[in-house]
Amino acid sequence: MSVFQRLSMVFKSKANKALDAVEDPRETLDYSYQKQLELLQKVRRGVADVATSRKRVELQIQQLEQQSGKLENQGRAALQQGREDLAREALTRRSGLASQIDGLKQQHESLQQEEQKLTLAAQRLQAKVDAFRTKKETIKATYTAAQAQTQISEAFSGISEEMGDVGMAVQRAEDKTSEMQARAGAVDELLASGALDDVTGTAKDDIQAELDRMASTTGVEAELEKMKRELEPGGGSSAPQQIEGGNSTRQGQGEGA
Amino acid sequence: MIVRIMGEGQLDLTDADLELLNDFDGKIEDAIEKNDEATFRRALHDLLDRVRKDSKPLPPDSLEPSQFILPHADATMDEVRAMLGDEGLIPDVR
Repeated sequence: MSVFQRLSMVFKSKANKALDAVEDPRETLDYSYQKQLELLQKVRRGVADVATSRKRVELQIQQLEQQSGKLENQGRAALQQGREDLAREALTRRSGLASQIDGLKQQHESLQQEEQKLTLAAQRLQAKVDAFRTKKETIKATYTAAQAQTQISEAFSGISEEMGDVGMAVQRAEDKTSEMQARAGAVDELLASGALDDVTGTAKDDIQAELDRMASTTGVEAELEKMKRELEPGGGSSAPQQIEGGNSTRQGQGEGA
Repeated sequence: MIVRIMGEGQLDLTDADLELLNDFDGKIEDAIEKNDEATFRRALHDLLDRVRKDSKPLPPDSLEPSQFILPHADATMDEVRAMLGDEGLIPDVR
């Protein structure tokens, strides 16, 4: 037997089991209708959850793109100061960010598709629930329990198949969303740990710290060079007295340069 | 003949070439038996493309059950097996 006929039988047997469990099938109608409304609520919540995840990923993409721009500027600044090693480090980190950004963009697209699928599923289910409600009222008003059996089975098969399908679509969306959230959480942690730098701008990353330090030591170095020149031509006796310890003339090696 | 593509809704396949669809169906069954994920995926996509092309969507408020139910395009063999299991993935609807 075809796989797909078997799938259809699985759906049908679920519906039949539910119908067989009750004395008067008309009782099933109201109960099933309640279940349908609950499922509709669940689908709508699913759409909202997926949308929240999508927005979170959007925000992370923005943050990482900001950071990428910053690293590019730092690379340029480092090169201008003759620090190719620092520029290379900045650009290496930037290329690491690029793959993170690509991954997030793929996730974003996948969440968008999921959101669209669930929205359409909610619309289809809503149309069937409305049709079921009309039929349910007709059956309850018109038929005896015995007569209702066939009518109810028909209506019930159709709606329960839709519910089974939509239920699984919601489950798939939930799985995808929680997987995305786990990945998004990992990116948040990276941002928080400073591995990608704090993009809020409150903390300085090590490349920026080095550039700042270089800017400040440039002034110190220039000052030292000037002092050395003043001390060289036999002016050792005029060495400053306030400097303690060691050789008073050995002040030229600026530490930490 | 009414079919459902999971996650996409129901379609009327009355005017479709059933011989051709059966051929795809056979390939899918064969792939599942041989545990060949790549062949399964290719055959499933071919089948879904053909079904979408040869059918007309059913009105959304129709309550007709489907004669065939086709897995969604991203379904893996394991998922299809799980659906066919006793409890499967299908929630109770009562």
